[in-house]
Amino acid sequence: MNVPDDRRYSKEHEWVVAHDDGTATVGVSDFAQQQLGDVVFVELPQVGAAVSQFGQMGEIESVKAVSDLFSPVSGEVVEVNKGAVDRPELVNSDPYDAGWLIKVRLADAGELDNLMSAEAYQSLTSTS
Amino acid sequence: MTSTPLKQTPLHASHVELGARMVPFAGWDMPVQYAGILSEATAVRAASGLFDVSHMGRFIVEGPHARELLNWTHTSDISEAMPIGRARYGLFCNEDGGIIDDGIVYRLADDRFLAIANAANAATVYAWFEQWRSRRLPATHLRDITRDVAMLALQGPRALDTIEHLSDFDRSAVRPFRIAECTIEGQWAWVARTGYTGEDGVEIMPRSEDALYVWQLLLERGVTPCGLGARDTLRLEAGLPLHGNDIGPDTNPLEARLARFVALEGGAFCGSEALQRIAEEGPPRRLVGMRTIERGALPRQHSPIMADGERVGEVTSGGYSPTLDTNIALGYVPARLAALGLRLHIEVRGKSIEAETVALPFYTRSA
Repeated sequence: MNVPDDRRYSKEHEWVVAHDDGTATVGVSDFAQQQLGDVVFVELPQVGAAVSQFGQMGEIESVKAVSDLFSPVSGEVVEVNKGAVDRPELVNSDPYDAGWLIKVRLADAGELDNLMSAEAYQSLTSTS
Repeated sequence: MTSTPLKQTPLHASHVELGARMVPFAGWDMPVQYAGILSEATAVRAASGLFDVSHMGRFIVEGPHARELLNWTHTSDISEAMPIGRARYGLFCNEDGGIIDDGIVYRLADDRFLAIANAANAATVYAWFEQWRSRRLPATHLRDITRDVAMLALQGPRALDTIEHLSDFDRSAVRPFRIAECTIEGQWAWVARTGYTGEDGVEIMPRSEDALYVWQLLLERGVTPCGLGARDTLRLEAGLPLHGNDIGPDTNPLEARLARFVALEGGAFCGSEALQRIAEEGPPRRLVGMRTIERGALPRQHSPIMADGERVGEVTSGGYSPTLDTNIALGYVPARLAALGLRLHIEVRGKSIEAETVALPFYTRSA
């Protein structure tokens, strides 16, 4: 299981990496994409929409099942990964890079403290 | 509630070793995928795939009344003239023409047949045979050989090359919908030119104790192991109905577009009177194939089908087709809407998805 240590993780298996300009990129973890299987549809919020920490932000569907996506942070959506919408298989092949989902202007960088480190997330997924 | 332990096929340990994701299916612990559903489905279309379908019910029906019992319970024409080695697909119908199960009947000898039932219906089909045996056709002997022989489906454009390389199987003798006894690297097996993927291929039935040997021989030849997920994707692309989704006791073969497997002229069978009436009146609803105009949320079983803002039916099977790179679905609509090229909407979690009725099957292999 690949869990890069440059980012924070939620219990719902989303990751977030904060940037210097006050934005953060959000995606789903390698564990999540493996559990889902082949991803064939992602529905994401529009640019300009507000997302809230741990609130539903969209859905992700695999051949066998559909799951809700939860935003790990609050803020305004500033960019949506059209690549992942058009080619949902990117979420499987490259969940931490080309398969990112949305970019958010953080409302409160302090919320990152509510999330797990890579180490904590790794132990969560190895016991579940 | 008490839970019954899941049954395991003779290949169970190999599935686990290969890293398959195992799921309960009709009382069996079965592989839903190995590497991934879409890559497995693609392998079958491009080369070949191997499925463990040992969970399906396999029954020997033999004796002086065996042929009559199958001709009565199966909608196909299992007449005296059916040659030995031939296979017929058809439905097992109740008296109302409702579909108890679908399956293939193989003639192994004059008075000896092999009938295949879906895993979920195996006990029901066996009991159905037994009921007619005891009521009308006592000179029939029924034997459940599900645990005695395994069943491996080898499917795809390279499947025949592979089985011919490993055995005395000969594609010119065992043409589609035929079965023969073969020897695979020294081991006996029935090999049938049948399948459930829309590709050419065979279903191999070795003795259970030889199943792992045959399975591994095939994997060593580079065949891709495939799970039930890919099997479902492939059969939907090929427009093949799944009992429990697209057909069932509340549907009949005529509305399900299976009339060509119903021998209404071949003499009486269970359900034939009801089906004759339905044929004369025309079924009020029909199964149609639909493809969505754009990719998006997947139509699934029970998604409502809408026409002019009105709910006209529901999806019975739906999903993403890797071969066509679009979402496809089967569902029943009123007969007046069963025309090609009609725009409908499918509702998926509150979203209205535009779809078009298309010809079935969705996918046909090139000759």
